[in-house]
Amino acid sequence: MATPPPSPDSGTCTDSDTDTPAVAIGVRPKGAEGPEEPKGSHDAGDVDVAHAVPVRHPLRWLSVAVLAVLAAQLGHFLVTNPNFEWGTVGDYFGAQVFGQGIATTVKLTLVAMAIGIVGGVLVAVGRMSENRVLSSVCGAYVWFFRGIPVLVQLIFWYNLSALLPRISVGIPFGPEFVSAQTNSLISPWLAAILGLGLNEAAYMAEIVRGGLLGVDHGQTEAASALGMGRARILRRIVLPQAMRFIVPPTGSQVINMLKATSLVSVIALADLLYTAQSIYNRTFETIPLLIVACLWYLVMTSVLYIGQSFIERHYARGSSRNAPQSFWDFALFRRRTPRAPLAASETASAPESETSS
Amino acid sequence: MTTRTTGTGTAMGTGLTTKATDVAPAAGTPMVRAHQVHKRFGHLEVLKGIDLEVGSGEVVVLLGPSGSGKSTFLRCVNNLEQIDSGSIHVESELIGFRRSGSRVHHLRPREATRQRRDIGMVFQHFNLFPHQTVLANIMEAPVGVLRVARPEARKTALRLLEQVGLADKADAYPRQLSGGQQQRVAIARALAMRPKLMLFDEPTSALDPELVGEVLATMRDLARGGLTMLVVTHEIGFAREVADRVVFMDGGRIVESGTPEQVLDHPANPRTRAFLSRFL
Repeated sequence: MATPPPSPDSGTCTDSDTDTPAVAIGVRPKGAEGPEEPKGSHDAGDVDVAHAVPVRHPLRWLSVAVLAVLAAQLGHFLVTNPNFEWGTVGDYFGAQVFGQGIATTVKLTLVAMAIGIVGGVLVAVGRMSENRVLSSVCGAYVWFFRGIPVLVQLIFWYNLSALLPRISVGIPFGPEFVSAQTNSLISPWLAAILGLGLNEAAYMAEIVRGGLLGVDHGQTEAASALGMGRARILRRIVLPQAMRFIVPPTGSQVINMLKATSLVSVIALADLLYTAQSIYNRTFETIPLLIVACLWYLVMTSVLYIGQSFIERHYARGSSRNAPQSFWDFALFRRRTPRAPLAASETASAPESETSS
Repeated sequence: MTTRTTGTGTAMGTGLTTKATDVAPAAGTPMVRAHQVHKRFGHLEVLKGIDLEVGSGEVVVLLGPSGSGKSTFLRCVNNLEQIDSGSIHVESELIGFRRSGSRVHHLRPREATRQRRDIGMVFQHFNLFPHQTVLANIMEAPVGVLRVARPEARKTALRLLEQVGLADKADAYPRQLSGGQQQRVAIARALAMRPKLMLFDEPTSALDPELVGEVLATMRDLARGGLTMLVVTHEIGFAREVADRVVFMDGGRIVESGTPEQVLDHPANPRTRAFLSRFL
């Protein structure tokens, strides 16, 4: 009888150490506790857990303290280090030159993504085709463009004239209709679009294919049993459901693309980064100008991130019993306890009322 | 009179199948006429010569152990699977193929799609479109395929929902419904195309036992309404009560066929008896 109690007792002692009355309880002789607690805990009836002491998390507080110190250090560094030249950053942040650079970056992102998405859908559908030749050609496309770094592709497109001095359109092995000097045709802009867009199409093809494969085959069967044609099934039934798998990774592809456009600075296209570089090459204000570029990239990616969550929510319709997180909850970092349990219990109770009728 | 060739002159040619033809209700042209249907998946021959006729307005229940080819046969009837030899006619229209003179051609996808419009199908796993509301699920094919005007399609859909007892669920998403409710919506969705024939592929097998009743009740109502139904199920009670004819399949062949009393209560074939003994 005397030996079993100590182990739970010592447990309660160490647990309650964090509480203020801990000392008093710990000091109390072991015999005194007997009538009070252990007996009661065996009866299921008279324990009330409503006011139970929550589990303490001392390590969380420690990590908060460490992070606070690090944040203070960072703030001090940002404020006191003169090399940041915050004044210069401020001067250039709204400068018109940057406006043009940003416009180029955004345009490049949009056009390359458009090529990537359209091309990706075509390649994905081609890869899933029953035509073996078509599907292997599309497979080879993905293999080729995913296998070469996009920077190398960009430089290659830029130097295409060395390989193909003239480009012509006509009947294969027959007469030409139109032809042009490659050098005059492939501007830095076109080289950038081709390099980024074709590379993106390969990645998008895999994303789209994954999304299409992610939709249960029963959906296609049910739709064909209703007499729907293949194109209609793809458009009305499969694609809308595949979007749920396609949109989130596409959003991150857009963000990646926005950042990848900075690579075009190597082929002298005046995007955001190239603009910053061309200024600091003259003024040697390297750090402040890079910071301006960083800030603008962050602004743009943040906007994209919020937009992406908005689209994601739209495509999540019907995928769960819970009401989706609202846009403003997301934007303001609010966490709301979902009202879902209520809705779920409503639907759960419904069948009973109906079977009786 | 119609020639009821069910089971006659076939390889298995049991005496009972011929007797069954006398019992089956004789209607005008048969709704389904399957002749020597063979189907193989790779080296596995799933259907080894199925001969079956389903009269207009008749309810035929296909019974049999799993792997006996019931579901495959059902899927062949609306060309979800293409048969390898033999023929299936639905209301005198050859399914999946086209005859021109002495030659037979495969149907183009578009033509095959058109044939499926008139044949409703209900699946084991419901296969409702999860991104659409119940109402949109039902309206999708009438509006998109038959070009029915939206208000009219909506009216029909609501009427069908009332018929299956789910009038208040029109705006719910499938995920918010119980299995039994989902299956009843699936039945309403198939009915919205005004099918001349309904195929049920184990409609209650994925349901919790307490939800089976509501789906069977809906199907019973349809049968009473005179719909031609071909049902694959393991619900012996349903077969006994609703079926005009019960067909027992095993190993890709029709083993026995007749009225529910004949097949269920006095099975002649030992395999039928062995199968049914598991349900008693």
